[in-house]
Amino acid sequence: MNYFPDEVIEHVFDFVTSHKDRNAISLVCKSWYKIERFSRQKVFIGNCYAINPERLLRRFPCLKSLTLKGKPHFADFNLVPHEWGGFVLPWIEALARSRVGLEELRLKRMVVTDESLELLSRSFVNFKSLVLVSCEGFTTDGLASIAANCRHLRDLDLQENEIDDHRGQWLSCFPDTCTTLVTLNFACLEGETNLVALERLVARSPNLKSLKLNRAVPLDALARLMACAPQIVDLGVGSYENDPDSESYMKLKAAIKKCTSLRSLSGFLEAAPHCLSAFHPICHNLTSLNLSYAAEIHGSHLIKLIQHCKKLQRLWILDSIGDKGLEVVASTCKELQELRVFPSDLLGGGNTAVTEEGLVAISAGCPKLHSILYFCQQMTNAALVTVAKNCPNFIRFRLCILEPNKPDHVTSQPLDEGFGAIVKACKSLRRLSHSGLLTDQVFLYIGMYANQLEMLSIAFAGDTDKGMLYVLNGCKKMKKLEIRDSPFGDTALLADVSKYETMRSLWMSSCEVTLSGCKRLAQKAPWLNVEIINENDNNRMEENGHEGRQKVDKMYLYRTVVGTRMDAPPFVWIL
Amino acid sequence: MAYEKVNELNLKDTELCLGLPGRTEEIKEEQEVSCVKSNNKRQFEDTREEEESTPPTKTQIVGWPPVRSSRKNNNSVSYVKVSMDGAPYLRKIDLKTYKNYPELLKALENMFKVTIGEYCEREGYKGSGFVPTYEDKDGDWMLVGDVPWDMFSSSCKRLRIMKGSDAPALDSSL
Repeated sequence: MNYFPDEVIEHVFDFVTSHKDRNAISLVCKSWYKIERFSRQKVFIGNCYAINPERLLRRFPCLKSLTLKGKPHFADFNLVPHEWGGFVLPWIEALARSRVGLEELRLKRMVVTDESLELLSRSFVNFKSLVLVSCEGFTTDGLASIAANCRHLRDLDLQENEIDDHRGQWLSCFPDTCTTLVTLNFACLEGETNLVALERLVARSPNLKSLKLNRAVPLDALARLMACAPQIVDLGVGSYENDPDSESYMKLKAAIKKCTSLRSLSGFLEAAPHCLSAFHPICHNLTSLNLSYAAEIHGSHLIKLIQHCKKLQRLWILDSIGDKGLEVVASTCKELQELRVFPSDLLGGGNTAVTEEGLVAISAGCPKLHSILYFCQQMTNAALVTVAKNCPNFIRFRLCILEPNKPDHVTSQPLDEGFGAIVKACKSLRRLSHSGLLTDQVFLYIGMYANQLEMLSIAFAGDTDKGMLYVLNGCKKMKKLEIRDSPFGDTALLADVSKYETMRSLWMSSCEVTLSGCKRLAQKAPWLNVEIINENDNNRMEENGHEGRQKVDKMYLYRTVVGTRMDAPPFVWIL
Repeated sequence: MAYEKVNELNLKDTELCLGLPGRTEEIKEEQEVSCVKSNNKRQFEDTREEEESTPPTKTQIVGWPPVRSSRKNNNSVSYVKVSMDGAPYLRKIDLKTYKNYPELLKALENMFKVTIGEYCEREGYKGSGFVPTYEDKDGDWMLVGDVPWDMFSSSCKRLRIMKGSDAPALDSSL
């Protein structure tokens, strides 16, 4: 098999960077497996309980970059109790013991403690990059350790984490010798920020490309920061309220004009919309705009801003933009690839917001659109059929009609045909979330046509087990299936146990699966962890007999090579 | 009156279209009402009562809509600045912590050590010397108390307690 010496093959492998491709390479033959594992520097672990750090390090001793994901996706919506698991400390401890040269750590939905951050900061001399997404369990004290001890820190990127802000001086813990920062994102911190320390840090970071501020950074500080960092590419604005005639506002306008490399804008966490015009001069360069946290920016100010952004590829916005606003987007942003429209009025009667008209307009105006997340009040099959025709290139299609079980508002029919059209037309579809009134029929379509589908989110849909069976039998590439409040039970769950070996995980909550069904599955598939999460009554679940027929509130199962995890809390029962 | 009868018909008619096996009564009810709601939006105009009755059921579903809590908090902007004429600095209050006008006014009175008094539709806050006003979404300055509390709290951008002598226009129009 090998016509070249190992070093040559290894050099060729250097050009192969995608995880999927490297995994495929390692399966070709023993020799390639060996070469690949010693040259692999980046590893992605989609479920931290599928493997343990010891086995990871045995296989990949030259590891430099690790990505770990913990809790299941529905944890984002409070469906998973906080103490469920996903602790990173054991991983960091094992990596530290092995003395591997870790440089990058990316964590998603994991529990991170100050202790883990401290250990991380002290154990890896060349540590460069820390990215935490939707994590929790730590405070600004942990950030202070990272700042103080990581001499070559390049990226500190905190996205939507729950961080206990001790209002300390973590920013001033960066030593004066630290000049290597490229990314600094602390937008999710709720407390006050030491502005002086921040300005000094930015001033001595000539490589800083991405800066995302929290709401405690006011406009005049922003002006000074931008003046120090005209090379900025990605900016997250904190507070943005000021008198447009003030001196600091004038300074800000002048500083913005100099930021000719600025391509991505976000934040505006507390914003006075009339100040947006300061950004108009650089809008024509923007490829990414995230105003989904800017509740106060809407109406004409928003429209005017968007009209300047002709090169936009990514737009995250609130539904207060309305259908009319989306029509402006459709006619202006011809390069648009990704759109997310979030709901703004979660408490009220929903009289603003967007409808199927906005979605159709976008699909007609933006031919390059491949990813969409759309929260709306209503939808029709006709609109979805039109969208499918206009945009057959969707990779990710997530539609959330705010009211569960809502039918086509014109015909009162289920939305099966509409979503059927989407999966039939979009041959590259990898991720789908549907909503509204849906019967088993939509799952028949999904099983038949969604050949590339890897992730499917189901809520309040379907009639019988057939629905789930269509999906399990049809979608050969399914990796993550999450289902809530749908009438699928043991028959579907147990029909093809070997299917779960090809999937990363299955979540089912408020469905029809019973305890005995889950037990039978666990028996048939010892390589699966079948977890029952039962917060309400710890004792009832353990009784045998007719209690076995009781429905399970939340079940989460995943393939694993390391068996039952030892860190599960008492309300999680692993069968 | 005729509308109500038609509504009842609709309720029965919709039993088929939304029912799912094994669902709770609560959710069935919500479906029926919401089906009525969606029909009403097309046919009738005074549906506000129907609409206001559905949100409580909607918010009872855990984890729905599927939005992160960080987004839920951000989108109901409730901290507003409060200025009082003559005071050296402004304060900020979280409107979400008050359920009605008397609570808000009491809090303001405590914060600034003044008496504002009671609201009266005809004459505003007469006799107290201090008039609570607010800036709404359109940028107009309005008297606190005219509109229902929910409408006020969602449209209030900032508060200003004017000294009685600075607000002649309000008194003179009465």
